[in-house]
Amino acid sequence: MSEAMQVEVNPQVVKKHLAHHFDTMQQQFDAGKLGMWLFLATEVLLFSGLFCAYGVYRALHPQIFQFAGLYLDPISGLINTIVLLTSGFTMALGVRFAHTGNRKGLSVCLILTMLGGFGFLGIHGYEYFGKYRQRLLWGTNYHPTVAPDGQKLLPAVGLIPPLARPKPIEAAPWHHLTLMGKRGFNVVHSNLAPAPIGVQGVVSKAKLPAPTGPYSQPNNVQIFFGAYFLMTGLHSLHVIIGIGLMLWLLIRNIRGDFGPSYFAPVEFVGLYWGIVDMVWMFLFPLLYLAH
Amino acid sequence: MSAVNIPPKPKLNYLNCDKTIRSWLLTLDHKRIGVMYLISTLTAFFVGGMLAEVIRTQLLVPKGLIFHATKHMSSFAAYKHYNQVFTLHGIIMVFMVLIPIIVAGLGNVVIPLMLGAKDVAFPRLNLISFYLYAGGAVMAIVSTVCGAVDTGWTFYTPYSITTETYVCFMVGGIVMIGFSSIFTGINFIVTIHKMRPPGMTWFRMPLFLWGIYATSIIQVAATPVIGVTLLLLILERVMHIGFFNAALGGSPVLFQDFFWFYSHPAVYIMILPAMAIISEIVPTFSRKHIFGYEFIALSSLAIALIGFLVWGHHMFVNGQSAELDTIFSFLTFLVAVPSAVKVFSWMATMYKGAIKLDTPMLYAISFIILFTVGGLTGVILGCIAEDVVLHDTYFVVGHFHYVMFGGTIIAFLGGLHYWWPKITGKMYNETMGRITCVLLFIGVNVTFFPQLIVGAEGMPRRYASYLPQYQGYMIASTVGAYIQLVAFLMMAGYLIHSIFRGRKAPDNPWGGATLEWTAASPPTHYNFDDTPLAIEDCYDYSYIKYDPAIDGYVRTDMPAKPAEEPETAPAHG
Repeated sequence: MSEAMQVEVNPQVVKKHLAHHFDTMQQQFDAGKLGMWLFLATEVLLFSGLFCAYGVYRALHPQIFQFAGLYLDPISGLINTIVLLTSGFTMALGVRFAHTGNRKGLSVCLILTMLGGFGFLGIHGYEYFGKYRQRLLWGTNYHPTVAPDGQKLLPAVGLIPPLARPKPIEAAPWHHLTLMGKRGFNVVHSNLAPAPIGVQGVVSKAKLPAPTGPYSQPNNVQIFFGAYFLMTGLHSLHVIIGIGLMLWLLIRNIRGDFGPSYFAPVEFVGLYWGIVDMVWMFLFPLLYLAH
Repeated sequence: MSAVNIPPKPKLNYLNCDKTIRSWLLTLDHKRIGVMYLISTLTAFFVGGMLAEVIRTQLLVPKGLIFHATKHMSSFAAYKHYNQVFTLHGIIMVFMVLIPIIVAGLGNVVIPLMLGAKDVAFPRLNLISFYLYAGGAVMAIVSTVCGAVDTGWTFYTPYSITTETYVCFMVGGIVMIGFSSIFTGINFIVTIHKMRPPGMTWFRMPLFLWGIYATSIIQVAATPVIGVTLLLLILERVMHIGFFNAALGGSPVLFQDFFWFYSHPAVYIMILPAMAIISEIVPTFSRKHIFGYEFIALSSLAIALIGFLVWGHHMFVNGQSAELDTIFSFLTFLVAVPSAVKVFSWMATMYKGAIKLDTPMLYAISFIILFTVGGLTGVILGCIAEDVVLHDTYFVVGHFHYVMFGGTIIAFLGGLHYWWPKITGKMYNETMGRITCVLLFIGVNVTFFPQLIVGAEGMPRRYASYLPQYQGYMIASTVGAYIQLVAFLMMAGYLIHSIFRGRKAPDNPWGGATLEWTAASPPTHYNFDDTPLAIEDCYDYSYIKYDPAIDGYVRTDMPAKPAEEPETAPAHG
């Protein structure tokens, strides 16, 4: 299934790292690699359940995604994409260094990759915090304090200004939000005129109708934020696990475990990090470019 | 080469090489992990079985014998307990018994032995997978103690979101068991790919391995979806995320789609390994080469693949479009074809064979009969017009119990009796085994056939009370359940007796030709002294002869060249 990566034969390494039930290091490496690919397939399937739900809801309610997508800042998403892809590059470089036995290079690459992971999480956390301040949350917790044009609806929580400030669009103040019961649902639909950004979509900003009064957002915008937090949250969890794995690799590398005859763990974490990157490559356009 | 078969000197085997508790709990030996799985799943089977007896006892009288309205309790409150009982029965039997019992229980013990390997590819992952299973079981117990779930094992939304019972714990436990199942699947796929002995090509593998391979593919490909679905259900309850809640813009039907996308393939996770066991037992006890090896092998894969495309047949009455109904119905009929290929191949294997009606073979024959009933009633339900009438009736209950109990459990018992001498090194009482098997066969039919009839007459499933006109059938069904209970108690008796008092088992008591019978009974810690060569046909019985001195079979001679098509093995035994 993948081109055979040759494992050099080194009797000392064999003695130290070959498990009793394998005949050769090559067999052990190939088995591990197949297992890792299968595991990554299950990871993809895990996310694909969420992608599937996203697809169903996007097909059912396109207006939600067009509207709510305005709240996300594609610039910060793009920065995150660049950060994560760079870390993917340093990880792949690290795997190459492991093959060639460059211990120092591997350590540097692992540290750089971890920094990339932390950077990604940092930017993402900042974005989450912004969403939290504006109460752009999932399900019953969706009580937006800001319209997509940035106009305040209710006093914002916290002090730090949001990073992901949506691009302003011309619209009237938006004040139809009502609350119903403490465990009831945040009823966000109104009987007012349909949204200028509705099913038909925004043709161009200039062509928006002149503000003639309060406009409504589409029903059930919270679905989008449910998807946003679930998908990016699960992805961030994978990033955190990946950083932990790299720390483990770094310690083992400093101890001198890896070399041309034993590099399986580095290779497998590299594959894992590749999947983390790949999932993000789907998440970014689906969420940040949704409008 | 009779030297191999000299009664072994008192030799250390995997059971007695290290006797501390710690050596069992932290073992990486696939046989010990398999035995731990067997003990856990059989314990779960006992609990689930007793819950089934409670259900059957409740239904002895129309108003309910155990849970019914009293002075202190309304019928609504009383019947809620009945809901909890059948839900627990379903959850335990599906997730804790049927899915792991053959693959993780028997499979763990047998697969590396059949491959002539020392262990599975990832022994540590194997142990992790066992503890995930155990952890899931603990969470299920916590949930049951705090407030047993009453949603039915399907956890359909919206009720599973609103019920006050402890759905989150139960579902969390099932997610853990799901990951255990994924890891087992990964382990076995890699083991079968990378650890076959020299000479064993794909089409020289024992059919048990083909069945497990197909099962593992389903486990790896379907289980993540139930994982994320149940995770979403937890988040739905905890965070009100709204994906499956119509009031928040979600879709409950999406839950059903997700659920059955896993849970229908999961049915094949249960039945494929059962078929795999039968494919081993039937040729061994017919002393005849398996008929249609390639067809049996590939039909397992066909079932695994088509099984992914039929989930919609659980949702014929939920508003799915007529076009989808038609497609799913057609695919459901299609999946019957590879199943029938297997049944016909087993029949053809037995035809003109020298059949020995030992206990495993009796179970195999029971399986073929019961599975045929279960499979054909499934085809009836796959027909849209009939399903609209029979949906959610006892006919469905009868159908899937014929497949799950008459299929999976009966085949598991066949496999357990087949490999019992290999696992424990002891022979059980053959007469008792045969009597129990016949009794169980009668019990299964007496229990589940009336359910088919009463369902066709219109009795809904999952009801705690029923109309008086159904009482005759219900009593018959309950009597059948008691017969099964007696049979299982007898089985537990003679199996436990055999561990302590049983005759020492020869290495090859049945005359099987697969590699596990060349290992000692019970095997040593590393299974084989040296890696065996699997050049011969593993269904060629011509050179395996009975030796009365050890009451077992020996290899008289290795064929000089692997015979290409040994169609006519001389009948012997």
